[in-house]
Formats: sequence, structure tokens, C-alpha cells
Amino acid sequence: MDFSLTKQEELFLKMIREFAEKEVKPLAADVDEEERFPMETVEKMGKIGLMGIPVPKQYGGQGGTNQIYTMAVEELSRVCATTGVIVSAHTSLCIAPILENGNEEQKMKYIPKLASGEWIGAFGLTEPNAGTDAAMQQTTAVDAGDKWILNGSKIFITNSGYAHVYIIMAMTDKSLGTKGISAFIVEDGMPGFSVGKKEKKMGIRGSATCELIFENCEVPKENLLGNLGKGFGIAMKTLDGGRIGIASQALGIAQGAMDETVKYTKERKQFGKSIASFQNTQFQMADLETKIQAARLLVRSAAYKKDQKLPYSADAAMCKLFAAETAMEVTTKAVQFHGGYGYTREYPVERMMRDAKITEIYEGTSEVQRMVIAGKLFK
Amino acid sequence: MNIVVCIKQVPDTTEIKINPATGTLIREGVPSIMNPDDKGGLEMALRLKDLYGANVTVITMGPPQADAILREAFAMGVDRTILLTDRKFAGADTLATSNALAAALKCLDYDLIITGRQAIDGDTAQVGPQMAEHLDLPQVSYVVDLKYEGRHVIVKKETEDGYQMLEAETPCVLTVLASANQARYMTVSGIMEAFDKEVEIWNVSKINVDEAKLGLAGSPTRVKSSFTKAQKGAGQVYEVDAEEAVGIIISKLQEKYII
Ligand SMILES: Cc1cc2nc3c(=O)[nH]c(=O)nc-3n(C[C@H](O)[C@H](O)[C@H](O)COP(=O)(O)OP(=O)(O)OC[C@H]3O[C@@H](n4cnc5c(N)ncnc54)[C@H](O)[C@@H]3O)c2cc1C
Ligand SMILES: Cc1cc2nc3c(=O)[nH]c(=O)nc-3n(C[C@H](O)[C@H](O)[C@H](O)COP(=O)(O)OP(=O)(O)OC[C@H]3O[C@@H](n4cnc5c(N)ncnc54)[C@H](O)[C@@H]3O)c2cc1C
Repeated sequence: MDFSLTKQEELFLKMIREFAEKEVKPLAADVDEEERFPMETVEKMGKIGLMGIPVPKQYGGQGGTNQIYTMAVEELSRVCATTGVIVSAHTSLCIAPILENGNEEQKMKYIPKLASGEWIGAFGLTEPNAGTDAAMQQTTAVDAGDKWILNGSKIFITNSGYAHVYIIMAMTDKSLGTKGISAFIVEDGMPGFSVGKKEKKMGIRGSATCELIFENCEVPKENLLGNLGKGFGIAMKTLDGGRIGIASQALGIAQGAMDETVKYTKERKQFGKSIASFQNTQFQMADLETKIQAARLLVRSAAYKKDQKLPYSADAAMCKLFAAETAMEVTTKAVQFHGGYGYTREYPVERMMRDAKITEIYEGTSEVQRMVIAGKLFK
Repeated sequence: MNIVVCIKQVPDTTEIKINPATGTLIREGVPSIMNPDDKGGLEMALRLKDLYGANVTVITMGPPQADAILREAFAMGVDRTILLTDRKFAGADTLATSNALAAALKCLDYDLIITGRQAIDGDTAQVGPQMAEHLDLPQVSYVVDLKYEGRHVIVKKETEDGYQMLEAETPCVLTVLASANQARYMTVSGIMEAFDKEVEIWNVSKINVDEAKLGLAGSPTRVKSSFTKAQKGAGQVYEVDAEEAVGIIISKLQEKYII
């Protein structure tokens, strides 16, 4: 077992840390305050390959590993969780299902433009009445000869409005239950497709989260992704991969809050001493640091298994569960160590605490992760 | 078009500690980086590559660890890298360094040679100009912008109180400032491939040079003594408006009999 970084990983970390520090961090507070999607950052990320890391070169990708991809999401989220989730949803929820389930024409048509960042990707599974119980899909897709006609709506879709490509789940045969769900590639601008209301959120406020509306939406026949009736499986497998991305986001948020808290508690003095010199601070921070490192090892191990093409479904659930809860705990305590200042927007830990919460909810709530883990345990 | 960029690996700090016993730099524990001015020069070369498809070669003289900055250069997009390394180069001062580099450059094709203005450790700003002399080429130092016009280049040279626009015949040597541009980031695919590419290792036998001009033997400089600057005491901060600030400054200067 080798825990050391490869030469490529070391060099990548050097680059991504500099990029995050210089290009992403300075915008983070504003992106949050103004609920602004950082398009300029997406363009910069596209240029250096961050929008297509674990994508083979033959499809215009970077030929990187999932391990390096998780490092990217972690380091971006360490300074701006909004930027982290833009990359994660784009890569794990849109590029990955096309790469894994698409035919050659679909891959050649969509992957190069997604991997270069020219197009942004999104994924629509959740509906008003199909959240955790995702099988309750009400969006329908009807075979109309040369095309599919989609009707229904999706909610809470990350990157919507800015994305060009959406992976959409819809019922092609209600009588078959989950076996009647199929996946489609929907492009912005297809007739009958529109983006609805944008949510006002607690955290990751720069990330666009909107409703998608399908009113007799016409999707070309060839845009069925994978086989008919295989959509639910595609969605579940896609989320397995996505969870490693969200775990990396959570890990990054936790690390970012830790960085800020170490710095602050060393500077802030009360009772003539730095806050960092109190044993309460030291012991609590030691515990948090240990949890962050444990979360990182869970993420690394899940990404390793994905890279090695080993089963990783439970690993992905475990790393997301643990990293998300760690992020929530670390950011909550980070605010506590900052005292009143931590409750204000003068310091980034206030934002980090709001950002952390979503990692316990999307791509399967923490309860769902426990179901997945228990499912394997009691199989 | 062929461009050769000379880059140097330097410790990542402006506050270099000196071993008081030996008077030499303590390099242990200090992370190494590509010298900032050299990165500016490399970016300038890569922009010419983007524009005209120039072939960019990077060369460094240094210990085997200098491989790291060459991998970084690959990941930024250079075509070829050379590590000039040999025990016989050790202990070189600027003259011996420029002799070795100039000899290596003679083995290469170039229309332009780009160096940084100055290395943040040695800090002399001599190597580029010396190399130009050894190679008998025109040189412009402190370059912040460049237009390539084939037989000649038009360069913007920064001076203390402005800048000059100069024309130089190619091939020539330009020494570039970090402030000339914002160097590009390495790309992910560049990083993935950087370690599969070949860094050419050149030793003394590869270049045609009088060994007496290399390393310690070829270095006329002798360090008489060196010292770490004494730390300044902590300053006092006044957060006041401009008018009050002027008053405070005046009274402080008077206290010290400066005015
Ligand atoms: C900012 C944001 C971005 C999102 N991005 C996307 C996206 O890009 N694409 C997409 O498809 N979806 C997206 N979602 C949707 C997200 O995945 C869902 O909100 C999530 O899966 C939970 O579904 P729900 O909101 O309907 O909650 P519900 O399913 O109503 O759950 C409510 C609570 O009940 C619990 N619960 C439910 N069932 C059980 C059970 N059987 N046992 C125990 N507890 C249970 C849940 O854990 C939760 O705590 C996003 C959501 C948000 C907020
Ligand atoms: C322990 C120690 C002792 C030293 N003792 C002496 C001494 O006694 N006398 C003395 O004169 N100097 C001494 N030096 C300085 C050393 O010789 C210089 O670092 C070296 O010659 C380059 O000069 P510089 O750093 O001033 O580079 P500069 O002249 O400031 O560099 C200008 C540009 O030249 C290029 N360049 C410089 N060095 C290289 C290189 N190795 N490979 C490729 N390109 C390069 C780069 O593009 C750089 O930006 C010593 C250095 C050390 C670390």
C-alpha cells in the first residue's frame, strides 16, 4: 500500500493551489454575496484543463486520473465551494455518464466541448415529488417516431441556466417502475425546454440551482443515453461517482475552515494570550485535524478504487458521509473559535459553515449514504 | 523560429539564511521554484510559440534536482528541455555560469535567447549580459514587451523613469522581467505527460568548453565576508487621517533631528 503522492499529483497540487489562491479565492466572498455564477473562472479553468480532468485525450480531455480530479475539487472548494461544485457536477454528473454510457457518436459530439469547458454540463434527476425516492419520476418521454417528447419538470438542478448539456431522467414506461426510466441528453435550446425559477440558497450561493421545465420538449431520437429502460441504473451509478466529487468538496471546505482557524486563533489574543494557546482550542483542533485527514484518506481510497475499476459504491458513500459530517463539524467549530467575528461576513468561516451544509444533502442525503453502506453490509 | 530560454532553480524566499560559520547559503528546507523573472521570459517565449509556432527549448545549469523546473516547463508547453549538470560546474560564479551556458547554447539553434533579468538568490543580473558577450550577440536587458519581426525584434525596455522602445537584430539575447506578463498555469494534460518526456542530460563532455573556465576554478570572485542583515525593530502603526499623519511624521522627524 502506497500513500505517497505521485510526481504528477505533486506537480498538480502546486499548480491548483496557486490557481485557487490567485484566481478563485479573491472572488469567493463576492460570488457568495451577489449570488453570482463565476463564469470568468469557468473560462480560466477550461483553458488549463480543469473542466475535463478524468477524460481520455481522444475525447479532448486531459487524460488525468480520478485521484487528480478529487484533488482539484478539494483545492477549489478549500477557497470557494461554489467553484468546487461547478466542476464536480459538470464532470461527475454530465461528462461521466456520457463517457460511461454513450455511443461513439454521442461521445464525439458532446465530450470534447464539455471537456474543454466550452460547454458546461448538468444532471437532472430530482423532481418535486422524487427526491430521496428518485424512482418516483413523473417526467415522461414518449416515442414519437423520429424524436422523443418530454413532459414534466426537475428541481434543484446545479449549473442550470449556464449549462448547455443536461442528462435528464424520464419515464419511458410507467408500468415497469425503475426499469421504465431512461436517460436522455438534452441540449439547451431544444424546442420545449426551458429553465425556470432560480433558488435562493443558504450556501453555495454562486452555484446556479434552478427548475427545469419540459413542455412537449423535442429531443432527437439519437439522444437516448444508454439502452431504453436503463436510466435508473445510469443515474445511480453516476451518483456513485458524483459522491466522490462532493466528498472532495466537503473535504476542501473543512480544510479551508481549518486553515482560517489556525491562522485566526494564533493571532487573536484574550487574557493576554493567543486563543490557540488554550488547551481547549488545541485539543478540539487536534480532533478536527484528525477527522479531516481521515476524510481525506477515505476520499483517496474511493478515488483509487474508481481509477482501478474496482467496485467503489460503498466507498463513495462512506467518504461522502464522513467528509460531509466532518465539514459541518469543522465549520461550526471554526465559527465558534472565531467568536463574534466568525458570525460576521468579515471572515470566510461564516460562508464556509453555510456552504458545508449542502454536502450532507445533495447527491443523496447522509441518510441515503447510510442506506447504501448498510445495504452492502446486510446484503 | 527557435527560442532558447535559460531558467534557474532558486529557493522560494527572498529572506535567504546564511550559515554564519561558512558564509554560504542554507538551502535545506527551503522549497525550490523556477526563478520568477525566468518564468516571465518563458511566458514571453510561449506566447511567440502560440503566435508563430516557435520551437521553445529550455536549459538550466544546476544539480539533478533542477529537473523539477524542467518538468514544470514541459507542463507549461515547452518542446525540449536540457539539464546541464556536472560536478565540474559546481561552485561557479556568474562568469563561470555564463561560460558554461554560452558553450551549451553554441550547440543549439536559436533566433532568440531569453533569460530572466535577475535570479532572486544570486541577484546579480549578470548572467544574461555576460552570455551575450561570450556569444557576441546584441542584447537588451529589462525587457517587458516584445514584437517579433523576423530579422529583428522591437522590444520595450523598462528604465527607472520610463521605458525605451528599441530595435535589435536577431539572433539576440533578451533579459526579461517577471512583471512583463502573467505566466500561464501548467495544464492538467501537460502535468500528466511531463514525466514521460525526456529531459536531456548534458555534461561537460557534451559541450565544447575550456574546463578551466568552469566551476570554482573558473570563478574569479572570492567571497570576503557575508552577513545577514540586522532585523529592523517593529514599526509603530497610527491609524489616522492624512492631516494628522503629516503632523505625526513631522514631529517624529524633528525628534530625531532629521528636520
Ligand atoms: C443546492 C442543491 C443542488 C442540487 N443539485 C441537484 C442536481 O444537480 N441534480 C439533481 O438531480 N438533484 C439535485 N439536487 C437535489 C438533491 O439531490 C435532493 O434535494 C436530495 O436528494 C434530497 O431530496 P429532497 O430534497 O426531495 O428531500 P426528501 O427526499 O424529501 O428528504 C427529506 C428528509 O427525509 C429523509 N429521508 C427521506 N427518505 C428517507 C428514508 N427512507 N429513510 C430515512 N430518511 C429519509 C432525507 O434524508 C431528508 O433528511 C440539489 C439540491 C440542492 C439543494
Ligand atoms: C553558495 C553560493 C555561493 C556563491 N558564490 C558566488 C561567488 O563567490 N561569486 C559570484 O559571483 N557568485 C556567487 N554565487 C552566485 C552564483 O554564482 C549565481 O547564482 C549564478 O552564477 C547565477 O547568477 P545569479 O544568480 O546572480 O543570476 P543572474 O545573473 O541574476 O541571473 C540572470 C538570468 O540568467 C539565467 N541564469 C542564471 N543562472 C542560471 C543557471 N544556472 N542556469 C540557467 N540560467 C541561468 C536566468 O535566466 C536568470 O534569470 C554563489 C551562489 C551560491 C548559491
